[in-house]
Amino acid sequence: MFKHLKQLTSLVAMIAVVFAFTTEAMAKKSKTLKNTQKKGFVRCGVSQGLPGFSNADASGNWTGIDVDVCRAVAAAVLGDANKVKFTPLSAKERFTALTSGEIDILSRNTTWTLSRDADIGLTFVGVNFYDGQGFMVRKSSGITSTSQFKDGISACTNIGTTTELNMRDFFNSKGIKYEPVAFEKADEVVAAYDAGRCDTYTTDKSGLAAQRTKMKNPNEHIVLPETISKEPLGPVVRQGDAVWEDIVRWSLNTMIEAEEYGITSANADSMKTSDNPAIKRLVGAEGEMGAAFGLDNEWNLRIIKQVGNYGESYKRNIADTGILPDRGPNQLWTKGGILYVPPAR
Amino acid sequence: MDNRGIDFGFGFLKQEASFDMQFTLLDYDGQDSYAWAYVVALLNTLLVSFLGIIFCTILGVIIGVARLSQNFLIRNSAAWYVEFFRNIPLLLQIFFWYYAALRALPLPETAEPWFGVTYMTIKGYYIPSMIWENLNVFLSCLIAAIVSIIFIRIYARKLQEREGKQLPVFYISIGLLIILPLLSFLIGGVKLDFELPVLKQLAQTSFIFEGGIALPPELIALVVALSLYTSTFVAECVRAGIQGISKGQKEAAASVGLNPNQILKLVIMPQALRIIIPPTTNQYLNLTKNSSLAAAIAYPDLVLVFAGTALMQTGKAIEIVGITMLTYLTISLSIAALMNWYNKRIEIKEK
Repeated sequence: MFKHLKQLTSLVAMIAVVFAFTTEAMAKKSKTLKNTQKKGFVRCGVSQGLPGFSNADASGNWTGIDVDVCRAVAAAVLGDANKVKFTPLSAKERFTALTSGEIDILSRNTTWTLSRDADIGLTFVGVNFYDGQGFMVRKSSGITSTSQFKDGISACTNIGTTTELNMRDFFNSKGIKYEPVAFEKADEVVAAYDAGRCDTYTTDKSGLAAQRTKMKNPNEHIVLPETISKEPLGPVVRQGDAVWEDIVRWSLNTMIEAEEYGITSANADSMKTSDNPAIKRLVGAEGEMGAAFGLDNEWNLRIIKQVGNYGESYKRNIADTGILPDRGPNQLWTKGGILYVPPAR
Repeated sequence: MDNRGIDFGFGFLKQEASFDMQFTLLDYDGQDSYAWAYVVALLNTLLVSFLGIIFCTILGVIIGVARLSQNFLIRNSAAWYVEFFRNIPLLLQIFFWYYAALRALPLPETAEPWFGVTYMTIKGYYIPSMIWENLNVFLSCLIAAIVSIIFIRIYARKLQEREGKQLPVFYISIGLLIILPLLSFLIGGVKLDFELPVLKQLAQTSFIFEGGIALPPELIALVVALSLYTSTFVAECVRAGIQGISKGQKEAAASVGLNPNQILKLVIMPQALRIIIPPTTNQYLNLTKNSSLAAAIAYPDLVLVFAGTALMQTGKAIEIVGITMLTYLTISLSIAALMNWYNKRIEIKEK
């Protein structure tokens, strides 16, 4: 009898252990989320200074639409959009910094490509800017189209970017011999091009527009109309933490969908009493939209209140700074653009 | 590594690199493999190190000797040169030569020729290239000249040991080096033509030179900065070496009837070299390792191309950084081995 009792207790103990593990798994608390909440700040990798996307001012405050993605995540998981530690990274360092665990989000005008997504331990969570590669030349050169490029042209760019590869594809397909001059830092590229080392400067068009503002005389340079590649830029996370991936993805989606429904940082609180259930879900007044991430119900309301919707972020960082006043493809699908995110429900 | 979703392997070396390089010694195209990109980038590193070592040695010896000059002006300018260039961080010097000094150069369309046929511009230094006909005949004549010089030297030494006679070996060598290659032109059918760089217009205000050889400004800035910086250390080694020989040696040599040339060649230099070589080896190693600063100014060396672009495109950080470290280790150890061999040859043979 006692013998059986002993077996029974061990069986119960085993079941308890298994149950404990499964509830642990069901709570779905992401390891990255847990670490972030323990540290009290989101570790975010950004560029070394690209106006409009991620740029630090004289007192060290970061602004830009890439920066806003990290701020949104901080607002969602920590309740305060300012609790972000920004790490400026070169194009070369960025993926290693993410895979080695030095940062938890890489929001650094990074192009989503198959090989990056599949190969190197990364997962792209979405697109916060649709871009394409272009060329900048000096106005005085009289060049108004890439069809006027001739053999021997020298092109300045960054190393370790899709730009370097697109540039080769472009010049090869046109049969033009060119001299690639690739620098590690964007500032070095600009300095070299500005001094006359290169005839053209090539990178994403948004980057060209932003870097132009840094030149000695911005009006002396023009961006050619041709776009030679698709460059969907978006935030990246480490592979293997699906919940964290979802948090970052839906933080970005919340900003875009908020714009769609006209929810802004100013009116977010009053939207709680809206008649539209889709709006109520976006401000945490209906449904259990945070539980699946291990967050409370007002995580999305905090994003909208503290960071604003995508349109506000774009206006503040890119339009009002004169970089790209025209939203182009980065307009909502309802207004002729291609910004279209899955519904939050 | 599994945790982070990274896999380990060297298979990527066979993949197509698909990026271009600005300056290569061998044929390279984006269609080639990463392995070939590695070889080509490695050669660029070796080229910079080689040029740097040659120039820093020449400059270093001149400055080192100048520091011991009797002339106040020469002695002090040499001292200032050493103190100035060795006390500014190398990276700053590279930036200076690239961004400040080279930027002051003219654009191709306004460049005045140097020596009539070469052009120094912001886009590079353009020099004529040589077009050979029957190059192999010329080369074999050159090799024949060098081989015969070696034999004559051996013969001259034996002659001196046996009969005490001295042959004017130096003049014979120079003569052979001129006459044999010259003969190849006259009767060997060797022809040499020069292709001159010609200005070409790309757009209204953008020009380049075509034809000839173009040395990119990145290479020039890097070699200049590395040579100037390292030459100060070499100069100090040379000065120490010469000062390390006691005055008595020179006086003793003079008293047995050697002329000043022979004193320097037979008495002072063999002893000074023993002091100069080991610390100079260190400087050569430093120069080679410092050449990796090329990455800062877009010279496509091993670090910029392989540990930069290739690492980025493949994401194989551990493999690529490992290969790069092993490569520098191998280069450094080879230079050290070579210099140690030379040091063994010239050190005192104790019996």
